[in-house]
Amino acid sequence: MPTILAIQNLRVEFPARDRRQPVKVAVKNLSLSVGAGEVFGFLGPNGAGKTTTMNVMLGFTNATSGDILLFGTSVRQPIARQRIGYLPEMTYYYKFLTAEELLRFYARLFQIPKGEAEGRIDAALKLVELDHARKRLIKTYSKGMQQRVGLAQALINNPDLLILDEPSSGLDPLGRMKVRQIIQRLKDEGKTVFFSSHEMGEVETVCDRVAILHEGELCAEGRVKDLVDRHQCNLEQVFLRVVGYQNQPL
Amino acid sequence: MNQIFAVAGIVIKELYRRKDFYVLFIVTVLICLVMGSVNIYNNPDIIRYDKAICLLLIWISSLVIAITATARQIPAEREQRTLLPLLAKPLSRTQLILGKFLGCWMACGLTLLCFYMFFGALAATREHEWPLLGYLQAISMHWAALGVVISLTLLGSLVFAAPSSNATICFVIVGGILFVGRYLDIVALSLHEPWRSGLYGIYYVIPHLEFFDMRKLIIHDWPLISWEYIGLAILYAVGYMAVFLAGACLVFRKKAVN
Repeated sequence: MPTILAIQNLRVEFPARDRRQPVKVAVKNLSLSVGAGEVFGFLGPNGAGKTTTMNVMLGFTNATSGDILLFGTSVRQPIARQRIGYLPEMTYYYKFLTAEELLRFYARLFQIPKGEAEGRIDAALKLVELDHARKRLIKTYSKGMQQRVGLAQALINNPDLLILDEPSSGLDPLGRMKVRQIIQRLKDEGKTVFFSSHEMGEVETVCDRVAILHEGELCAEGRVKDLVDRHQCNLEQVFLRVVGYQNQPL
Repeated sequence: MNQIFAVAGIVIKELYRRKDFYVLFIVTVLICLVMGSVNIYNNPDIIRYDKAICLLLIWISSLVIAITATARQIPAEREQRTLLPLLAKPLSRTQLILGKFLGCWMACGLTLLCFYMFFGALAATREHEWPLLGYLQAISMHWAALGVVISLTLLGSLVFAAPSSNATICFVIVGGILFVGRYLDIVALSLHEPWRSGLYGIYYVIPHLEFFDMRKLIIHDWPLISWEYIGLAILYAVGYMAVFLAGACLVFRKKAVN
């Protein structure tokens, strides 16, 4: 299985506001690799360093040391982003555009020919069930609809790697189910999906492998089934054990 | 280039879907129509005053549109987090800056076209003539000056976090250059060292936007300026645009965007 994403000894430090304070280490020597066609869950409590890792992965933040390779190319090269789709944790898009205009704009950034772009816009909007609202301004959309526009824009270039930062965050159960169905469908199509989530049920259902990050360090990594079998409990309990959670009486 | 034009297209779309331009255009039109309809002291030369007021309003409106629209471009992208999905695409930060600049500059060019067409129509109702070449020179010089202002504001938007502080600083700088820039060398003569050298330094470093102000030429129907000088002035503006945009790209290159 060819490696799509390789994180090599990644370390990310943020300078403290007060010089007398030590630097904040967000990620400590993280190494991971994700193969083609895998659905990889990137887990960890809030502040564990998941979003920071994704930010380095997309070139938003610079690594202090180490590197990330996407399709064998350093993330610092814009060409590395040609084959990826990204959905940020909180999605806000140009509210003065309609969904159709937004997708057309992103298709232009990927230099997709006009005729082909129209076909992809239709397909992406149908997949996220926003075909009926394609000519409405995004500012009139509900939160769930905005999240689905986010998914549609992440799919517009027919990416080989999809990076989703908490895709179900803030969605109602129906919205979560739809997101899960879309991830499942992408998995069936052989796409590689790298996503962070706090929804352990969702992760257990759709992921092949997971990594659990705690305070910037990789605490566990492996196939979901292996982790569950090894700890003799479900993924949520594995997660709680790995991050050292002790059940205190209230 | 396609990516730069795509970003520029979105900037233009945003500007024409917002109300700023329409408000300023309607205010300018109303003021000019009211001024134009009044015949003070039966003075046949009153049209010169109308033209002066109209051109002053056009300059003020264009500067307001250019600075306010440019100042919010990058900060709004950061604040609304639209920058994240944008930079996750195969779009370099330099392309983003150039796209933003091009979009703002093109939008201001379209705005200027509307303003000058109205001005031409207003002047023609009284003078019954269309000095098109004079207007062409004025609009091209005005547009070049706006290019310098837009690139300066774009650089400011990456240095100062709040769009309002950047816009205020840019208004002060541009207003200062337009009103006192041309006198700095004269003032420097009356100073002692090291203030004299300091002021001379500022005089030679700042972009002299007053070179591009051709209002008097139009108001008094002076003969056209040689096209060579217009070309040189535009080159001078392009030089400043390049310097400010290079600065913006350098500042933005290493900046964390999350």
